[in-house]
Amino acid sequence: MLDTTAPRALPLAAGIGFKSRHFAGLIEAPGPVAWLEVHAENYMGNGGRPLAQLRALAERFPISVHGVGLSIGGERALDRDHLARLRHLCGWLQPASFSEHLAWSTHDTGFLNDLLPLPYTAATLTRVAVHIDEVQTTLGRRMLLENPSTYLAFADSEMAEVEFLAELARRTGCGLLLDVNNVFVSATNQGWDARAYIDAFPLDAVGEIHLGGHDEDTDDQDRPLLIDSHGRPVVDPVWTLYAHTIARGGPRPTLIEWDTDVPPLPELLDEAARATAILQAAEVTR
Amino acid sequence: MSGQGQFGAALLDPAQPAPKALRNPFGGSAGKRFDVYRNNVAVSLTQALETGFPTIAKLVGDDFFKAMAGVYLRANPPADPRLALYGTSFPGFLARFAPVAHLRYLPDVARLDLGLRQSYHAADAAPFDTTGIDPAAVMALSPRLAPATLVLSSRHPVHGIWRYNTTEGAPKPAPGAQDVLLARKGFDPMPYLLPPGGLTFARALKGRLTLSDAMTRTLADHPKADIAALVTLFFTSGALTGEPDRHS
Repeated sequence: MLDTTAPRALPLAAGIGFKSRHFAGLIEAPGPVAWLEVHAENYMGNGGRPLAQLRALAERFPISVHGVGLSIGGERALDRDHLARLRHLCGWLQPASFSEHLAWSTHDTGFLNDLLPLPYTAATLTRVAVHIDEVQTTLGRRMLLENPSTYLAFADSEMAEVEFLAELARRTGCGLLLDVNNVFVSATNQGWDARAYIDAFPLDAVGEIHLGGHDEDTDDQDRPLLIDSHGRPVVDPVWTLYAHTIARGGPRPTLIEWDTDVPPLPELLDEAARATAILQAAEVTR
Repeated sequence: MSGQGQFGAALLDPAQPAPKALRNPFGGSAGKRFDVYRNNVAVSLTQALETGFPTIAKLVGDDFFKAMAGVYLRANPPADPRLALYGTSFPGFLARFAPVAHLRYLPDVARLDLGLRQSYHAADAAPFDTTGIDPAAVMALSPRLAPATLVLSSRHPVHGIWRYNTTEGAPKPAPGAQDVLLARKGFDPMPYLLPPGGLTFARALKGRLTLSDAMTRTLADHPKADIAALVTLFFTSGALTGEPDRHS
């Protein structure tokens, strides 16, 4: 188990997911954006524009490195080569935070490029804890683990997702990344109470919050089925749930995620400003 | 097969039912809920291929490309999470994929698209700078090809096809073999048509010959080569790197 006394290094303010097309705009007028998040796998080339932009951004903003391909929830051993690439990236960049997902994406077939779900059992808990230990030991830093958006259930799940995440944080000392949109999406899709999920969540372990948009669909039984698309504005019920989270647990670094149909920068800055207002209101009332 | 083995196999094969352990949380089998994951995988990898092979997508059209990408990605999911590297086997797939067998130039055009992507992500290198060096001394130097420099040789007019599909008003490509130099000046790689002798010249520099010896070899193999134009192309395209030894 890793020493987890290191302070949270991202500012208690709003950040956005970095997209290359917003580079110039962010350098010129970042507005309320106090930090940036990048997907680790996009910066594993040898050079060129992606690395040059990241180096320039890192001089101006605290950076959060968010992995989307480590397959921490996988049945297989972690990919050592990929871990080494993450260590290299975190080594030269020295980001303020590193996070990954409670999900899997790689199996014998290859890398499936999605955040796939796992049953919550004693056996998977042990396996994921071993993987988190390996990541934290290899990177020499505490990582944050993100709650997933899920669309289905496993017949063999034995415990609630919050219980599973809390136990992982307790066993490994990892922090948690609370994606409030994922809570809303999963709660709708699974028939949970989103607010009760937040109230049961170990907020003290939360080092970062994600907010993003989702799509609406229905399943074969005509029940609402929300899809975590990161392609729209954050919906009002998610803002309400976020405000509840902040009121309960205090301000946390908060990211606006927008990965598909990415809008012009001003629209992202508006979303970041809305998060900033909620964070500042919480500061005042504390 | 393990749980994730079954899950992964069913994701890639729409004919397989969703694994039995997966449920609709409100009762019954997972059904359409499993299809969300299937769709995420297929759509995201198709998009990665479309971004990575823009000229191929243009040549065969959007609908056909998506259908073809679906066949490719199910048989060849990415080997690792670096999607910037995804599709290295796509040119070979195109050479064997029966519905495009009549488009014989397609694999080499895909190699050009792939080469541009590899060049984009290649290591940075200081350009070959001969400022202040006596021209005679320059001829004795051995510049190297920059990491972002690639050379392609094709029996088809791949540069003309690329240009016709990316540049407004470009001439329709005429049949014939073409060699292409991919070079990056700054951050955006460009394909250049290599004139006769260009391939020999590039290989000579790769073999660490001096500029003088590389030019001699090129003229020996291609007596009609426009050696001045060739050297100018390599110097101005950013293809070369290497700190000249200023004390020589």
